Amino acid sequence: MNPLKKLLEKVEPSFREGGKLHKFWPVYDGFATFLFVPGHPTQKGAHIRDGIDLKRTMVTVILAALPALLFGIYNVGYQHFQAIGQLASASTGALFVYGLIKVLPLIVVSYVVGLGIEFAFCIIKKHQINEGFLVTGILIPMVVPPDMPLWMVAVATAFAVLIGKEVFGGTGMNVLNPALTARAFLFFAYPAFISGDKVWVSLGGEKAVDGFTGATALSQFITQGSQITNSVGQPMGFMEGFIGLIPGSIGETSTLAILIGAVILILTGVGSWRIMLSVFAGGYIMASLLSLLAPSFPDNPYLAVPPHLHLVFGGFAFGAVFMATDPVSAAQTPLGKIIYGFLIGVLCLMIRVLNPAYPEGMMLAILFMNAVAPLIDYYVVQGNIKRRLKRVTVKA
Amino acid sequence: MSTENKEKESLFSAKRRKLITDPLNDNNPVTVQVLGICSALAITVQLKPAFFMFLGVLTVIAMGNVIISLIRDLIPSRVRIIAQLVIVAGLVIIVDQVLKAFVYDVSKQLSVFVGLIITNCIVMGRLEAFAMANKPWPSFLDGVGNSLGYGIILMIVSIIREIFGAGTLTIPTGINTVYVLHVFPQSFYDLGYVNNGLMILPPMALIVVGMIVWAHMET
Repeated sequence: MNPLKKLLEKVEPSFREGGKLHKFWPVYDGFATFLFVPGHPTQKGAHIRDGIDLKRTMVTVILAALPALLFGIYNVGYQHFQAIGQLASASTGALFVYGLIKVLPLIVVSYVVGLGIEFAFCIIKKHQINEGFLVTGILIPMVVPPDMPLWMVAVATAFAVLIGKEVFGGTGMNVLNPALTARAFLFFAYPAFISGDKVWVSLGGEKAVDGFTGATALSQFITQGSQITNSVGQPMGFMEGFIGLIPGSIGETSTLAILIGAVILILTGVGSWRIMLSVFAGGYIMASLLSLLAPSFPDNPYLAVPPHLHLVFGGFAFGAVFMATDPVSAAQTPLGKIIYGFLIGVLCLMIRVLNPAYPEGMMLAILFMNAVAPLIDYYVVQGNIKRRLKRVTVKA
Repeated sequence: MSTENKEKESLFSAKRRKLITDPLNDNNPVTVQVLGICSALAITVQLKPAFFMFLGVLTVIAMGNVIISLIRDLIPSRVRIIAQLVIVAGLVIIVDQVLKAFVYDVSKQLSVFVGLIITNCIVMGRLEAFAMANKPWPSFLDGVGNSLGYGIILMIVSIIREIFGAGTLTIPTGINTVYVLHVFPQSFYDLGYVNNGLMILPPMALIVVGMIVWAHMET
């Protein structure tokens, strides 16, 4: 027998009722069911049983996020060595190691703080531990800049788990996406560390080359329209944004890696293709409409940015694939999902283009639509009831 | 009405003391009745304005309660709300003028929220629920008790928000003097500590009040 399983079975009695460590039963249960398929059958009532439970769902999302995360780690190193002018002499391994040094602590802090609070709550409230935080914990480091101070990430994670999730009743009850709640907290509490032109490329204390600019594509859109450059002044276009060797939050830069994740999510049925597709559609259509306005307002170059650029720069793709599809905070009905996603795309573009204070609008658009999602579902369900009532012939 | 029971109740009998102590904890107007939230959000960025707001509300509720209680038998019940409103409005104008005359900077910080004491649900609530049916002295105690309960929450929220939002604590030491306490030493900031900008924004006031309600319910 598997030694791990043996160990689990050996320590089980002390966690059972009457055992010394019974208080920590949720912790044991959480680990045991995470490692092995639980042996206990459904106790009562009719349930639809599926081979996949919440834990497997969450692990699938993490797998889907891995390409973007690995690319992000590589890109942190790439941006660093490009900025200090040693890109040609640095090996791929060196880029990756530099990124790992920056990103790994963020992941560790996010998990330790988040899981710590989650475990504490489960023990106090005698809940079952479920893997709700596994995904949040990997998403939080992916939506912050590489040099984000660790204690800020810890505070934001604690805020997101406590205020974003536990006060509503824990995993599955939250109104807002916890990872984005953490990011919104950072964005409004410590704006100097997560916005502007200085934070997206990790210099690591070394001197940048002449002509270096840490501005992201989105902040360049505000001043120079689609004439954008990377951090050392070479011009950028659609392909650079799609591949993703550009400054930005750790996991958001590569649309390609994110799309690989999207394929995994859609094939396994974990992420909703309706939401992803409608976010992109909403963004593209709104960007096209806004670009029609461009000739009338020449003092806002952002209007003239072609729609396809909007979809590959900034957090648009990341938000559409990993944030908007969160099954808890998104709309639930099929039609509702389409409306929800479409409006996220529309709102994101409105915030980006029409409000010069926020070059990126994905976070606020998704959080806003999270709050509106139950209302959308309500009207979709009511509409369905009305439609079906009309079909009914009432006999007197 | 038996005359035997009309023995003089002592000025601070157990029943009357409860009028003051109840609203401080078990029946707190902010955390239990959830009244007066708007001003708790608006003026709690710093300790000093919150303190003067508390004094203003204390004056208005205590005096309003006494006045209403004195004339409670004269007010026709159909127009009692408008009568209460006139008295509260008069008191608020007096408070506003006093603040303008003696602590102008606080008056400017509080801006429209002094005038909005009129709409503070605690004020009308106490007048309608207590002063209309009780004698002046108990009404006065009730007013003091409730504004103390309101004031305590205001102080707690503003202390939390000022410490984490600005890193200071402005303690009023006199009418126009404050002692500004720097809570975090400079070495803290040198290590990389940064004040939390979200604490200064109104949403965080709501969250802080919510957390106090939570903590209050759990204990």
